[in-house]
Amino acid sequence: MSDIVVSFRNVGKSFEGMKNPALDGVTGEIRTGVITGLAGPDGAGKTTLLRIIAGLLAADAGEVETLGVDPVKDVATVRSDIGYMPQKFGLYEDLTVIENLNLHADLRNVVGAERDETFERLLQFTDLKRFTTRFAGKLSGGMKQKLGLACALLGKPKLLLLDEPGVGVDPISRKELWKMVEDLVNQGIAVVWSTAYLDEAEMCGTTLVLNEGKLLFDGTPAAMTAPLKGRSFHLKNLNTRKRPLLAKALARDEVSDGTIQGHNLRLILTDHAQPFPPEEIGAGESARWVEVAPRFEDAFIDRLGGGPDGQSILARHLREIPHDGNTVIQAVDLTKKFGDFTATDHVTFDVHRGEIYGLLGPNGAGKSTTFKMMCGLLVPTSGQAVVVGLDLRKSAGKARQRLGYMAQKFSLYAGITVRQNLEFFSGIYGLHGKSQMQKCSEMEEIFHLGPFRNARTDSLSLGYKQRLALACSVMHEPDILFLDEPTSGVDPVTRREFWTHINGLVERGVTVMVTTHFMDEAEYCDRIGLIYRGQLIANGTPDELKEMVATDEMPDPTMEDAFIELVTGKDR
Amino acid sequence: MKSISLRRLKALCWKETLQIFRDPSSNLIAFVLPVIMLLIFGYGINLDSSRLRIGVLNEDSGKDAHAFVSAMRHSAWLDVRSFQSRELMEKSLVDSQIRGFVIIPQDFTKRLENASDTAPVQLVADGSEPNIAQFVNSTVSGVWQSWQLERADDHGTKLQRDIVLEPRYWFNPSAESRNFLIPGSITVIMTVIGALLTSLVVAREWERGTMEALLASPVTRAELLLSKVIPYYVLGMVSLLLCVGVAHWGLRVPFRGGILALSMVGSFFLFSVLGIGLAISTATRNQFNAAQAALNAAFLPAMMLSGFIYEISSMPPFLRGVTHLIPARYFVSSMQTIFQAGSLWSVLLPDILMLMASSALFIGLTAKLTRRRME
Amino acid sequence: MNFFRRVGSLIRKELQSLFNDRSGRVLLFMPVVMQCLLFPFAATLEVKNASIAIYNEDQGTAAVELMQRCASSGAFTQFLSVQSQDQVEEVIAKRKALLAVRIPPDFSRKLAAGEDSPIQVVLDGRRSNSSQIAFGYFQNIVEQFSKDRAKTAGRVLPTEMVPRFWFNSNLDYVNYILPNLVAIITTIGALIITALSVAREREQGTFDQLMVSPLTPEMIMIGKAVPAIMVSFIQATMILVVAVFIYQVPFRGSLLLLYGGMFFYSLALIGVGLLISALSKTQQQAFLGAFAFMMPAILLSGFSSPVENMPHWLQILSWPNPVRHFVEIVKGVFLKDASLDRIISVIVPLAIISSFTLTTAAIMFRRKSA
Repeated sequence: MSDIVVSFRNVGKSFEGMKNPALDGVTGEIRTGVITGLAGPDGAGKTTLLRIIAGLLAADAGEVETLGVDPVKDVATVRSDIGYMPQKFGLYEDLTVIENLNLHADLRNVVGAERDETFERLLQFTDLKRFTTRFAGKLSGGMKQKLGLACALLGKPKLLLLDEPGVGVDPISRKELWKMVEDLVNQGIAVVWSTAYLDEAEMCGTTLVLNEGKLLFDGTPAAMTAPLKGRSFHLKNLNTRKRPLLAKALARDEVSDGTIQGHNLRLILTDHAQPFPPEEIGAGESARWVEVAPRFEDAFIDRLGGGPDGQSILARHLREIPHDGNTVIQAVDLTKKFGDFTATDHVTFDVHRGEIYGLLGPNGAGKSTTFKMMCGLLVPTSGQAVVVGLDLRKSAGKARQRLGYMAQKFSLYAGITVRQNLEFFSGIYGLHGKSQMQKCSEMEEIFHLGPFRNARTDSLSLGYKQRLALACSVMHEPDILFLDEPTSGVDPVTRREFWTHINGLVERGVTVMVTTHFMDEAEYCDRIGLIYRGQLIANGTPDELKEMVATDEMPDPTMEDAFIELVTGKDR
Repeated sequence: MKSISLRRLKALCWKETLQIFRDPSSNLIAFVLPVIMLLIFGYGINLDSSRLRIGVLNEDSGKDAHAFVSAMRHSAWLDVRSFQSRELMEKSLVDSQIRGFVIIPQDFTKRLENASDTAPVQLVADGSEPNIAQFVNSTVSGVWQSWQLERADDHGTKLQRDIVLEPRYWFNPSAESRNFLIPGSITVIMTVIGALLTSLVVAREWERGTMEALLASPVTRAELLLSKVIPYYVLGMVSLLLCVGVAHWGLRVPFRGGILALSMVGSFFLFSVLGIGLAISTATRNQFNAAQAALNAAFLPAMMLSGFIYEISSMPPFLRGVTHLIPARYFVSSMQTIFQAGSLWSVLLPDILMLMASSALFIGLTAKLTRRRME
Repeated sequence: MNFFRRVGSLIRKELQSLFNDRSGRVLLFMPVVMQCLLFPFAATLEVKNASIAIYNEDQGTAAVELMQRCASSGAFTQFLSVQSQDQVEEVIAKRKALLAVRIPPDFSRKLAAGEDSPIQVVLDGRRSNSSQIAFGYFQNIVEQFSKDRAKTAGRVLPTEMVPRFWFNSNLDYVNYILPNLVAIITTIGALIITALSVAREREQGTFDQLMVSPLTPEMIMIGKAVPAIMVSFIQATMILVVAVFIYQVPFRGSLLLLYGGMFFYSLALIGVGLLISALSKTQQQAFLGAFAFMMPAILLSGFSSPVENMPHWLQILSWPNPVRHFVEIVKGVFLKDASLDRIISVIVPLAIISSFTLTTAAIMFRRKSA
C-alpha cells in the first residue's frame, strides 16, 4: 500500500553568491505509509529540497515529480494537495489561534460543516482548544508548532512537508507532535520531516541524509546503523572524573567518536578495532565495557570520518581556576512574577565550582526566566541570585566581569566582521592593547576562524557562528559560563567539538550553567534541575533522574524518558 | 492560475486589516499623524506675514518725523519698537528680535522739502529670511507712500496716482496660505500612508517567514497582490475623508468640490503610491531598506517636488521635467482645485489621466515583481 | 581609564556596523547628497518663470505701451494675450497663468484726462503666495510706467524708499535654504540612527549580550550617543562644505559656536531617539515612531515658515521642540555672525531639553534593562 508520491532525479540547485551548489545531483523518492526523514547538518540543502518539492523553487537541473505532476508547471494541483510548514511555522504572530486557522481554512477552501468538523478535529488533535483566542505570538514553542501543523493540515493534503519542526521544542511536545504525524501517516498521507537532530531521523521509517548538498544516505535507519554493529559501547562503573577520561579515550586510535552519557562514556570504535583494557586510560578496576545499540548519530559521524579528538586547545589557553569546591552559583527562593502569573516559584539550588549544571524543562515552564535571573537579565521579584558570592542586583558590574554568556541565537553582530566581533567583545570586558590583539588572534587560531576574519559575520555558516560565539564569550576568561540553548540547530560534529571545549574548560575550573532541549546535551551535565510550572521538580545527576523513573517495565530509561515521566508525573 | 477566489481574497484582506489595527505604529501613522499634520499646516505653517517687528531710530525732532513714526505705529501689520542707539538696534536685528529697522536721519525734515526720487528714510531688512524681508519692505514702503499722500493732502498739493490696480484673488479671496497648504498637505499624508506604511508590509512577510507559508498554499499572484492593495486602499481613503473632514469643518478651509471628483482623484493617487510602496517592499524583502527607499523615492519628492509648498514653475527646467514623473504633483494640483475651485472637470481630467497612468505603471510593476515562487 | 576603553569598544563597534555595510553607507549619505542637490533648487518661495495673461480691450497708446513693458520685462517669462473674459477665466483655472490682467476700453482715455484709471488683476488664489509675489512684479512694472510718464509730464511724485537687505543683500533663497538644511539633515541622521540601533539590537538578541556584560546602562547609552553625534557632525560638515564652496553661501559666524550648538542639539535628539527605541518593540515601530516625531518637529521648526508667524500659543507649545532652537542657531551663525550671548541664549533651551530627554531615556533604559 506504499505509493510513490514524490520522485526526484539528479536535482541540482545553486544560488547566486554561493560557492558550492545548495543541492548537487540528489536522487530519491517519497512514499506514503512511512515518515520520510530528511536529515543533515545546517546548510546541507534540506530546506532547498523541500522547497523544490513544493514548487517554491525551481531546480536548475534534474527532474522532479510531485503528486504526479511537475511542481513548477502545474502549480495549482501541487498547491492544493500539499501541506507545508516552514521553519518558523509561518504563523502570523499578531493574529489569534483561531484567526490563523480561519485564514488557512479560507485559503484552502475548507468551508461550512466541513470546516467546523475539521476545526473540531484539529483543535482536539493539537490540544489547542483552550487557547483559540490567544495570539500566536504568545504561544509557547510547542504550541506554535502544533498550530503550524494544524494550519498545514487544513484541506486534507496528500503530502505534508515539515521543515525542522523540532527546533526549539521540548521533548514532550516533540513526542506529541511525532504521534500526531504518525497518525497522519496511517491515514495515508505522505510525510517528510526535515531535521538536524539525528535522534529524530532515527525514528523515521526511511531517511534521506544530506551533507553539503549531496545525498549521503538513503534507506532505513537500521540500514544506516548496521555497519556500526559491534562497535558501540558504554564504558561503565568509572571511578575517576569522566571528562579527562573521555579526552584520553578519544585520543586513542581505536576510538572514532565518543560522548558522555550520565556517569558513563559512550564510545564508538573504528572498524575492526577491539575494546581496549579500561585501565589503559586510567578508568579504574571496576570499569567495564557493555555493548549498546548503535544510534543514527553515531553512524552519521562515522560516515563523515569520526568525531573530533577530544583535546580542547581552547582550554589550554585559559587560566586554571583552582577547584576549591566552593559554591559559585546560588539561587535562594528565587521568585519572579509577571502580574498574576508566577513564572518562577521559590526555586533554590546551588552549583559548585567546576560543575556543569543543566536547567531543563518544557517550553514556557519558567526555565528561561530562571536562567535570565541567574545571569542578571531579569530582576527577581523576591529571593536571591548569587553569582561568585556577589548579589547581581548590588554589584552587577563586578559580578558580570566574571560571567561569560552565550545565547541560543548566537548573539553576534551580524553586520560586522569576525575580527571586529572578537575585538568588540574583548573590548567591553576591558581587554586592551597588545594583550587584546593577542587574545583575538589566539581565538582565530583555536577556532579556525583565520580565513574568515574579514568576512561579515552573517555570511558564516551556523557552525562557524557557533564557534565565534563561544570564542566571544570566553575571551575574558570568565569563572562562570552561561549557555542558553547553545547548540540549537547545530549539526552533531560541531556539537561534539563544542562540548569538547566545554569539557576542557570545566576541567580548568570553569563552572557552566546551561539550558537545553537536547537530551544528549543534558547527559553532559553533572547535575540537572528540572523546572516545571515555575518550580524545581527534580534536582540531581542525570543518572539519579533516570533512576527516579525506572520501573519494572522500563528498567533502563533514557534521559528523554526521565524528562517526560517526571513532567507528566507531576500532572497526574 | 489567473483566477481569483473571493473567499481567499476576503480572508487575506481580513488578515491584513487585523494586522493594521493591532500594530500601534500603523495606527499612529494612519490616524494620529494625519490629524497632527493638518493642525500643523492649519496653524503652524503660515506663509502670510503676521505683525512684523521692526525698530525705529528717530534722529530728527521735527513734526514730520514724529508723524511718520506714528503712522507706522498705527499700521496693523507693524509692531514698532523705538531705539535710542544705532548699535542696540543693529544688534537686535542680528539677534532676530526685529526683522528690519527704519532710520529717520537728522536732516529728514530738510530733505523732505527738496524734491527727489528717493525717500530721506533708511530702511534695512533682515535678508536672512527672504520672505519676511520682502514683507517688511512692502509694508514699510506702503506706509511711507500713504503717509506722503496724506501729508500732501494736508498741504493742499494733491499728488496724482494715475493707475489704480484692483487685484482680486480667485478661489481664495482673502489669499490665505493655509487654504492651499492644507489641501496640499493631504498629499504628504497620503504618501506616508500609501508608500511608507506599505513599503514595510510585504518585506515583513518575507522576514517573518509567513510569505513562505502563503506561497505554499493555493493563493494566486493576483490574490496576493490585491490582498495588499485593497486594505491599504480602504485605509487610505478613510484617512483621506478624515483629513478632508478635519480640514473643512475643523480648520474652516472651504471645500467647493464634490465627493465624486475627490474620490476619483484620491483613488488613483492612492493606487500610485500603494504601487510604489509595494514595489519597493516586494523588491527589497527587507524592512529596513524598504523604509529607507520609500522615504527617498516617495516621501521626499512628495514634499519637495509636488508643488505643494514650492512652486514648480520656479524650479530649473531639469527639475520641472522630473516633477512630471511624480504622481504627487498631479494630486496636489487637483486637491487645490477641488478644495477651492470645485469640481472643474476640464481642469481635473488631465491630472486624473496622469494619475491613472501612474497607478497602472506602479501596480503593474508590483505585479511583475510579485512572484509565485521564492526566487 | 577602564570606563573609556569599554565605551570606546562600544563606539567602535557601532561605527563599524554603520559603515561596514554598503546599504548602511548609502543610507547615511545618499539623503545628504540628494537633498543637497534637490533642496536649493526645489525649495524656493521665489517666483521665477511666472506667467501673465493680458486681456487688453483698449486700443490707446498707454495700454499698448504697458503691454509691451510687461512682455519685455524679465519678471514674466510667459506672456499670454487673451481675447475675452472667458479666456481669462480659463487660463487661471487651468493654471496657465499665475495672474491675468484686464485693461478696460477707457484706460488710455482716463489716464490722459488725469483721472484714476483702474486695471483689474485676477490672481490664482489656489497659489495665493506665488501669485501675490507675481503681482508684486506687475506692480513694479506699472509703477515704473507711471513714474516715467510723470517725469515726461514734469509732475511731482511721491518719493520711494530704497531698502537695504542685510546679511543677504540680493535676498538669495539659496542663502536661506542651505543653513536650514544643516539642521534638517542632522535631525534625520541622529534620530534614525539612535532609534533604530537599539531596536535592532533588541530584535536580533544582541541586547541581552550587552546587558550581561559589565557595561552599565549609562555606558551603553554613551556608546549609542557618541556614534550618532559623530555621524550627524559628519553629515552637517558635508552640507557646510557644499554650502560654502559650491553654493557660495557666506559663512560669517564662528564655527566653534555652530558646532557647540550642534553638540547640544545632537544630545537632545539622541535623548528622543533613545526614548523612542525604549518604547518600541520592533524596528518597524522605531522607524515609524521616529518618523512621526520628525515630521511635526521639522515643520514647526521655522524652516518652512517662520516661528513668529505661528499663533502665540503654538510658539509657546513648540518651545520644547529642539529643531526650532537649532534652526535659529544655524541661521544666526551662518549669515549674521550672531553674538556669543545670543547663541548661548538659544543653547540654554537646548541644554534643558537634552537633559530632560536624556534623563527620561536613561530611566526608561534602566527600567527596560532591569
